[in-house]
Amino acid sequence: MNSSNLLSITTFIYGAAAFFYLAHWVFKKDLLGRLGTWTAIIGAAGNIAGFILRWVESYQMGIGHVPLSNMYESLVFFSGTLVIIYLIIERKTQNSIIGAFATPIAFLAMAYASMSPNISDRIQPLIPALKSNWLIAHVITCFLGYAAFAIAFGLCIMYLVKQRDVQGTSSLLSSFPKAIVLDELNHQMIMFGFLFLSIGIITGAVWANSAWGSYWSWDPKETWSLITWFIYATLLHARMMRGWYGKRIAYLSIIGFMAVLFTYFGVNLLPGLHSYGSV
Amino acid sequence: MSVKLTVVLLLSIALTSIVGTIIPQNQNPADYFRAYGEFLYRLFDVLNIFDMYHSWWFQFLLVLLTMNIFVCSIDRLSATWKIVFAKNPSFNLSRFRNLSQKETFSGNHPLTELKKRYEPFISKHFGYTKVEETDKGLCIFAEKWRWTRLGVYTVHLSVILLLLGGLIGSIFGFQGYVNIPEGETVDSIRTFPNGKIRSLGFEIKCNDFNVSFYDNGAPKEYRSSLTIFEKGRPVYTKDIIVNDPMKYKGYSIFQSSYGKMAPEANPKKAATFEMPSDGITLNFTSRQSGKTYKIKTVIGKPVDIPEGLGKFVLLEYRKSAEFIGQNIGEACIGILTPKGGKPVEILLPLHFPNFDRMRKGRVFISVDAQAPEKFNPGSNPAERYYTGLQVTKDPGVFVVYAGFIVMIIGCFITFFMSHQRVCIEIIKGKTKSKVIVSGTANKNKMGMHQKVKKLSDQLADLTNGS
Repeated sequence: MNSSNLLSITTFIYGAAAFFYLAHWVFKKDLLGRLGTWTAIIGAAGNIAGFILRWVESYQMGIGHVPLSNMYESLVFFSGTLVIIYLIIERKTQNSIIGAFATPIAFLAMAYASMSPNISDRIQPLIPALKSNWLIAHVITCFLGYAAFAIAFGLCIMYLVKQRDVQGTSSLLSSFPKAIVLDELNHQMIMFGFLFLSIGIITGAVWANSAWGSYWSWDPKETWSLITWFIYATLLHARMMRGWYGKRIAYLSIIGFMAVLFTYFGVNLLPGLHSYGSV
Repeated sequence: MSVKLTVVLLLSIALTSIVGTIIPQNQNPADYFRAYGEFLYRLFDVLNIFDMYHSWWFQFLLVLLTMNIFVCSIDRLSATWKIVFAKNPSFNLSRFRNLSQKETFSGNHPLTELKKRYEPFISKHFGYTKVEETDKGLCIFAEKWRWTRLGVYTVHLSVILLLLGGLIGSIFGFQGYVNIPEGETVDSIRTFPNGKIRSLGFEIKCNDFNVSFYDNGAPKEYRSSLTIFEKGRPVYTKDIIVNDPMKYKGYSIFQSSYGKMAPEANPKKAATFEMPSDGITLNFTSRQSGKTYKIKTVIGKPVDIPEGLGKFVLLEYRKSAEFIGQNIGEACIGILTPKGGKPVEILLPLHFPNFDRMRKGRVFISVDAQAPEKFNPGSNPAERYYTGLQVTKDPGVFVVYAGFIVMIIGCFITFFMSHQRVCIEIIKGKTKSKVIVSGTANKNKMGMHQKVKKLSDQLADLTNGS
């Protein structure tokens, strides 16, 4: 069994977890929720094992490096982080409905990584620019941030659906956490994500300075990460200073996540220094 | 100057920034002219769109944002300052009594006993405690992390430091580049982007340059051995690689690119290197049908692309090609003539198979992934290289790094720490005392509610334990 096989299996386990969580939400059977949780835990374990195995394999190939160097590896790390953060939230809130909105994101990310013809799952040696410890700090912090923003996105979708049902008549929405709890959780996730996005941009800047002699050169990826940072900064100011909450914050959070997606995928279509991300 | 203006500025900088990611920056004016036509070219040129991040209007937005942050912070700081540095924090009992969420339990001990038990516990967990008698018994107030109210100002300070550092860098710093052939010495560099020659005050010699490749043809390491000479005497020698520059007298010297010296006789021909003798395989992907066709070809032989997408001729193979000043390693170069269209030059880097996608043409071409193994990058000992160095001086970098650290600490304080105040009211009863625990925080009220619950449980344990 090599890491690619293990991670392909993980994709299906995440798919099963998403299915159980969705079924739990629709049919309201606690057993399904518990199945979802255990499947997600097994998936996360497989994800971590696949990550470590890939790390070991790269050393066996004589080109050892932490598996955080291309699109495939970053998506694997992103999915694992997202599921682990989600499981922590589930434990804290004692509500497994959020899983129906969080685990599908991890499943889709893994499925995209495994199946897209544009993404190679081969372990490739590091080109000179990527040989830096800053790479590890940069990728880990960025993807912690992205994972938090992805969960915030799921929470916002839940919030927007929930707040439309003021009388609480919809039986599908009755098991959702209260709108105010969703709003607060979204805010917490965004603060967490913002801190890590900031550290991610900063470690990237320090790395760029040690590799190219310039900590900021306005290449499209840098610029888009800054745009994302500005959108979330706007959200935080609107909430803390002007008392925005609920719907308006949810829309801003969704726009922020769209910017995250563009920074991650869209920018690879534009020319720039970050072109390794596309291979 | 207001939060509203800050938000407007943040969003307008975010929106205008997008332009510079869609229109490539700092390209050859002729390329722009060809791409956008005369009218748009002139318009963009007037607005400095081709170097927009350094344009007066974009810099003006950045400065305005920073000034606005500064003024807003100063404006609000005086009020916060008074709260943070108050000598005796004041507590308002009725405010705590009016809180909707309170924890209540009863204890079998008299008032004084409870006070004796609670006080040391509370003062261990909070920075400041104060006991007051009330109409019904007594009250223990406690608080901690009052100073975290300053967290947001440290974040704003960090933004100011970043801009200041950038400003210092742009006034007193510069970026330059120089190519040094192996064995030769230079004492000046060309600055970027204006191309002026700048003397360094010392000399750099390139003793040796080496490039190594992995088995699959991808570059493994670029290494230059450099020696600094002061007045003809060697003072410092170091091997530099990407990510490990040389620092000397405030200058940083980076490995940036490399190339081969053209042999004198026929420089044009020397740029072409060994191709696999049996030709190479190219992938042609039609945008419309999504189908990929693998076609084997050799240099100079025209290929008819299926689906009537035109003709392609492979012109040459370069071991080290450049794209917008970046070395992209090995690449094939060819000419694509779409049906009824103008011929375009196509660059196909071996290590970036998706490179041609960004052209957004009707057909997307790449060198087949299996092909690099057939290329022979083995080096010929007679070949002579030059190393391309980037030389920079940026005295603002320390200010920027200080800004980075302050920003991380500031964000952590602002988001995850709050000024927490609790009130433990003990009401005297005939046999039992009633204890009410309540608390407030300036941020994360939900989290504070959990903390009050926990504190109440701990106090209940203290009360009813022996």
